[in-house]
Amino acid sequence: MTPFHYSRASDVADAISQIAADPAAKFIAGGTNLIDLMKYDVEHPARLIDISRLPLKNIEETLDGGLLIGALVPNSDLAYHPLIEHRYPLLASAILAGASQQLRNMASTGGNLVQRTRCFYFYDAVTPCNKRQPGSGCSAISGINRINAILGTSEACIATHPSDMCVALAALEAKVHVAGPAGARAIAFSDFHRLPGDTPERDTNLASDEIITAIEIPPKGFSANYSYLKIRDRLSYAFALISVAAALELEGDTIKEARLALGGVAHKPWRDPAAEAALRGQHVGESAFAKAADLLLQGARGYGHNSFKIGLARRAILRTLSQAARGTPQSQSVKKIR
Amino acid sequence: MARSGTAEATRQTAAVSQKIPVTLTVNGTRVELVIAPWTTLLDALRDRLDLTGTKKGCDHGQCGACTVLVDGRRINSCLTLAVMKQGAEVTTVEGLAANGALHPLQQAFIDHDAFQCGYCTSGQICSAAGLIAEGKARTADEIRELMSGNICRCGAYPNIVAAIQQAMERS
Repeated sequence: MTPFHYSRASDVADAISQIAADPAAKFIAGGTNLIDLMKYDVEHPARLIDISRLPLKNIEETLDGGLLIGALVPNSDLAYHPLIEHRYPLLASAILAGASQQLRNMASTGGNLVQRTRCFYFYDAVTPCNKRQPGSGCSAISGINRINAILGTSEACIATHPSDMCVALAALEAKVHVAGPAGARAIAFSDFHRLPGDTPERDTNLASDEIITAIEIPPKGFSANYSYLKIRDRLSYAFALISVAAALELEGDTIKEARLALGGVAHKPWRDPAAEAALRGQHVGESAFAKAADLLLQGARGYGHNSFKIGLARRAILRTLSQAARGTPQSQSVKKIR
Repeated sequence: MARSGTAEATRQTAAVSQKIPVTLTVNGTRVELVIAPWTTLLDALRDRLDLTGTKKGCDHGQCGACTVLVDGRRINSCLTLAVMKQGAEVTTVEGLAANGALHPLQQAFIDHDAFQCGYCTSGQICSAAGLIAEGKARTADEIRELMSGNICRCGAYPNIVAAIQQAMERS
């Protein structure tokens, strides 16, 4: 690890003024990704500003019936919170599908959003990587790209966003509350993460002097018909090759509303309004699900080692939608897929 | 390639010589350390406090050998900066036995022969203590899932699950 200065933020305003004063500084909360990246010499901040003691650890109901989740709520506390378990089980399930319990005990809600890709080449500081060192090239495009993206890629970068939690937050249409020197603002979840384009070094639209203060989720939790299915190389404690968050609102056999988001396939959780629109008004069943899957995967492109993901994603979408429609969500402890 | 040159790194090292006082309660004893901010809790425990029961396996949060309890919750001490735990209560494997008697998990691991080389064992036992305190695992499947952050390269998993079940029944 490269040596660094360390300071604690006394409140949110102090955190903002400290980061605005030092462009080479970074915030640290849970530290589960940042410390790891510093050990691999991928990140070398000159200063760490410890925000872990800021009072952003509450989960409150909003006036419209949604929830406001403090940015420093640990992932495990969020997954096991009674309001999340009962009203937003899709979110609880996605969180418990990711990492290990030790890491979930450490990792913060806000930090989960800004974790970096696990692309092998991003982590290997001696290989070219446009995300780590802009302009150096992408080693993954012609390299070992089994875990890389099939949607929304660019010639500069085929990295994926590694979070499970974010796939559920995308499906639930969360909002990210941030604060900076210019004041506070809320960012729609779909606008928070970016596609790589020709600036893959930027993962999100969070400004470098802004801090995430809370995540807001709207009232609709789809608690009756949802499922989060994660496909990976081992049954637990591995990043997704493909993951699917599906949420349906049913009236009898007819789909009134649908949400569908993919993880492990793109630089951000992958949604397409056209795929969800195609489900609305349809009867549940394979023909409607297949049409939605084809729309969501339109334009998918494999790079060799990861080409299997296109067919796998299609089958995973069909399976997850049928789990959601049946009201039999995927268990995150019994791994048999039904 | 990603690094700035050695000269700059040296300059930065020279500029950043601050050491920071930290007070922790480790296994019930208050300890005061003055440490560089990049010292992990794992290194502070092993190198400064001679508590070598906590193991360094991967040093990247992937194996769980470094698991300790901080304020009662299991965490990876290798990904934790000791300075960030100012005022915290830390329990390592050395702090589990009480009054000369093994902790029920330590006894259960012996009863079930739940290890071979033993390198992962202190992390497994601390993790299982955290698991039991959380109260979220009831079945063997749930124990396996919630213990997946602890890797055993000898493959003692069936005996580890049996040991945890025994300790759960007796706790």
